[in-house]
Amino acid sequence: MRTSYKVALLLGGLAWLASPTVFAAGNAVNSLDYPGPAWSPYVVGAGIGVLSWLTFYFSDEPIGASSFYAGVSGFIGKLFAKRHTQSLAYFKDNPPRVSWEFVFVLATIVGGALAAVTGGEFVNEWLPPMWQARFGDSLALRAAFGTGGGVLMAFGARLAGGCTSGHGISGTMQLNLASWISVICFFIGGITVAMTLFKP
Amino acid sequence: MIDPGQAVQQSTAPPARAVAPVTKLLGGVIFGLAFGFLLQKGGVGKFNILTGQLLLQDFTVAKVMLTAIVVGMAGIFPLHHFAKVNLHIKPTRLGANIIGGLLFGAGFALMGYCPGTAAAALGQGSWDTLFGMAGLVAGSWIFAEFSGWTKRTIEKWGDLGKVLLPDLLHVRRGPFVIVVVGLLTAGLFVLHRYFPR
Repeated sequence: MRTSYKVALLLGGLAWLASPTVFAAGNAVNSLDYPGPAWSPYVVGAGIGVLSWLTFYFSDEPIGASSFYAGVSGFIGKLFAKRHTQSLAYFKDNPPRVSWEFVFVLATIVGGALAAVTGGEFVNEWLPPMWQARFGDSLALRAAFGTGGGVLMAFGARLAGGCTSGHGISGTMQLNLASWISVICFFIGGITVAMTLFKP
Repeated sequence: MIDPGQAVQQSTAPPARAVAPVTKLLGGVIFGLAFGFLLQKGGVGKFNILTGQLLLQDFTVAKVMLTAIVVGMAGIFPLHHFAKVNLHIKPTRLGANIIGGLLFGAGFALMGYCPGTAAAALGQGSWDTLFGMAGLVAGSWIFAEFSGWTKRTIEKWGDLGKVLLPDLLHVRRGPFVIVVVGLLTAGLFVLHRYFPR
């Protein structure tokens, strides 16, 4: 990859990162004013814990989500630039394939839909109400934050080696040092930026 | 006593085929359905609950995660001890874990969903997660573009290899797991006592 391309990407990223400071004071919001969980978090947490036993035992896999997105990016890359994609270090180590985790995340979407429909919580909305209360009705603004946030998060997940599932749940329960360090950093980074964005 | 690490067949051979065996994928489908179902029921597909955690207003995420860790740990380590499961340990690379972790957190706050909960959010009809998911795909690609460079630099900083906390502290795994389960459970009681949600 050419150096100019890398520099442009980095500068673009930095400019994007600085953009939230453009948004001056808005409405203060309290997340507790919005709907809570349908089930007790302890029941759900215990369920995910037991689910981990099962995935370890039956599938020999830890629960994880972020590599799904890397797989999708690899498939798209192979479609448009096969040789370039195959030349990248990450895809050499992790060739995109329809893996256990790939179908796992696809099924997670369906599972979420089943839960929402059975619980009468299918929201069918483009803007979360709490977001709207803070930032207004602009879908473009939400799209910019969502996409930019996604880019940063995926880059971070790949660098750290996992996400809130792979490190935050599966890694920490195995007492993996990398996972405990990563998840603590997830929350340091997340709390800092969220406080900046939502507490004018 | 058996050494569990040696007793279970290693499964780390690089995958050769473009599509995993159907039986394996079937497991992914069933467990993925359950995972998505649980995430949505736990409310962690909701923007306000995820962001509320980062604002330290809503502790649902911490309660779900800590309970999952406690319950998971209490099963995985005994299963591993009796050579029923493999551990899946990712290497500790201090530079990459810290820098990547901070970037991840910043992105999480901006997007309002994380990679797994984004999928559950899509299922519940929170369509704004699609922007984030597109970003996740793009970000994965950007990382891949830089991956040769990160391998030579950031991923070399503080590379400790695969390390478990009890190994780092030179204590036996069994007692350590029991202590951690106790501490995290106590932490959950504190969360429950002081944060109604």
